Amino acid sequence: MSVYDVLQTIVPTTIFFAAPLIFTALGGVFSERSGVVNIGLEGLMTIGAFVGIVFNLTFADRFGEWTPWLALLAAMVVGAVFSLLHAVASVTFRADQVVSGVAINFLALGLSLFLVKKMYGKGQTDQIQVGFDKIDVPVLSDIPVIGPLLFSNAYAPSYIAIALAFVSWYVIYKTPFGLRLRAVGEHPMAADTMGIHVAKMRYIAVMISGALGGLGGAVYATIISRDFSHATISGHGFMALAAMIFGKWHPIGAMGAALFFGLAQSLSIVGQTIPFLKNVPTVYLLIAPYALTILALAGFIGRAEAPKAAGTPYIKGKR
Amino acid sequence: MKSNRLQQFLIPLLAVLLGMIAGSIVMLASGYNPIAGFYALVYGAFGDTYYIGETIRQTTPYILTGLAVAFAFRTGLFNIGVEGQLIVGWLAAVWVGVSFDLPKIIHLPLALLAAALAGALWGLIPGVLKAYLKVHEVIITIMMNYIALHVTNAIIRSVLSDEGFKSKPVKESASLHSDFFDAITHHSTMHYGIFIAVAAAFVMWFLLERTTKGFELRAVGFNQHASQYAGMNVRANIILAMVISGAFAGVAGAMEGLGTFGNISTKAGFTGLGFDGIAVALIGGNNAFGILLSALLFGALKVGALEMPSSAGVPTELVDIIIALIIFFVASSYMIRWLLSRWQKGAE
Repeated sequence: MSVYDVLQTIVPTTIFFAAPLIFTALGGVFSERSGVVNIGLEGLMTIGAFVGIVFNLTFADRFGEWTPWLALLAAMVVGAVFSLLHAVASVTFRADQVVSGVAINFLALGLSLFLVKKMYGKGQTDQIQVGFDKIDVPVLSDIPVIGPLLFSNAYAPSYIAIALAFVSWYVIYKTPFGLRLRAVGEHPMAADTMGIHVAKMRYIAVMISGALGGLGGAVYATIISRDFSHATISGHGFMALAAMIFGKWHPIGAMGAALFFGLAQSLSIVGQTIPFLKNVPTVYLLIAPYALTILALAGFIGRAEAPKAAGTPYIKGKR
Repeated sequence: MKSNRLQQFLIPLLAVLLGMIAGSIVMLASGYNPIAGFYALVYGAFGDTYYIGETIRQTTPYILTGLAVAFAFRTGLFNIGVEGQLIVGWLAAVWVGVSFDLPKIIHLPLALLAAALAGALWGLIPGVLKAYLKVHEVIITIMMNYIALHVTNAIIRSVLSDEGFKSKPVKESASLHSDFFDAITHHSTMHYGIFIAVAAAFVMWFLLERTTKGFELRAVGFNQHASQYAGMNVRANIILAMVISGAFAGVAGAMEGLGTFGNISTKAGFTGLGFDGIAVALIGGNNAFGILLSALLFGALKVGALEMPSSAGVPTELVDIIIALIIFFVASSYMIRWLLSRWQKGAE
């Protein structure tokens, strides 16, 4: 097996597995940059996956080809609304953000399974019939060597995920909105003094994370699992959280980390077919994302530092 | 001060009540009868001796995971890693349980000790990272959960079985199985572990409230700088707190490995016992005796839920929704306090 063959096996599956993680990790970046810790990403992905699949199953006949796209949109909207619970609890009611995030995870799984049983009379939905088609990116896929590797025979949402990372970078670092977002996450009192509405910014940021988490979950369900059950989203939200930290709370970093974790996931599945990886027990590949995140946090791979005000509610007038 | 005490008691109670009301609304909105639903829930938890046995069996690990989370909370730490510490404890207990042939009086304590040590080790790592590198324990413990899950699965496959998905049952000499409970609860899976769990609650109360070390641990949780100024070793106390918390979680795993299941199987996902422990600790007010009560509440909710689909047609997940909402309401206790103060003002 030549190196090129190996790459041709690994690269597309890496992008395939990374896309949902990229969306969700970007959501995490928005939320945490504004100072709200979001352990609830897992739950937001669960809700997104649920909405994505149910919408697809319900409206496939009416919308045909457009169904998966509309399903993603629906998942974003529902994800954003659902994340309002986290925003209300942790911004307005000054709840412990970690506890509130844990509650989001519980509620998302409980509610979506409850509704699945109510609607379908069983714990698992049917497989969706209308998914995304694999596409070749026009022009770019004609580039020799890297064209077939990176730009052909893949799903459109994967490219959108990568593009969105750059858009997020631009929004967070190059626009007034992004400056305000980072300000309320680093030093909310200073931001408040400058006339920035801290609570409003945090609400917006949490809702963006809800929309992106929902999108990530829906993308996962639509292109990878193709149905919804209790095990559809099992740890992907936490892996996205890890990607955000490993990427040092930076959109491009988060995307890079998500791609890397996607690589680990793809190797744990296709690794058996690749000669020099055949003897590596899969357990090392399975724990790699988590172990690396711990090392990153411990400062062995460059210090990862959270936004200063992350995790603390802002109370006006309190020093 | 008195009203503070009262509030400490009232907030969890109101949260549970609000959770139940919200659960009723969910049932009504989705076309189920809430009275039938709650009746099935209560019957399924306490309706006959079998159900009572099952409820107590479910309460057993909840007490211990609740204690693990609460012990960390009381010392200023948030241990989300109880789930992973429980899994490695479960593995260690079963490993010892199947590998040795010893008299029961040595074998059983040895298996429990192994579980506690495994859990403690899993707590040691985030403790050290927190104490020396100031890394936040929440993220580390979440990552440790997944490492525990995958490593445990790999060990079950390669060491405890021949590429299978399940270990052999633990030897009789390491088992918590109880013929007595089996007889009086109509063959429920209730086992002797409940005594260990209740004893652990007493240990936690004694350790935190009646010993100098416990005072130090709590002091470090309240204010690290003041504790350091008073001559306490802040780092050692942070590490010790995580280790003890992990040990409680490890013993919770032993309850499953030596009692309920008597073996260990590979897991596709988490048991949920560790995450539910967060809810148990919050409702129990992070207090040993409160936790005994809240663990019973959650044990009853979980076991009672199993009766809901057959007799009221309500999916068991309703209980998960209720638990999630209870956590929300406790977390938002600022809201409840605000409502209470409004209400008190209105009454005056």
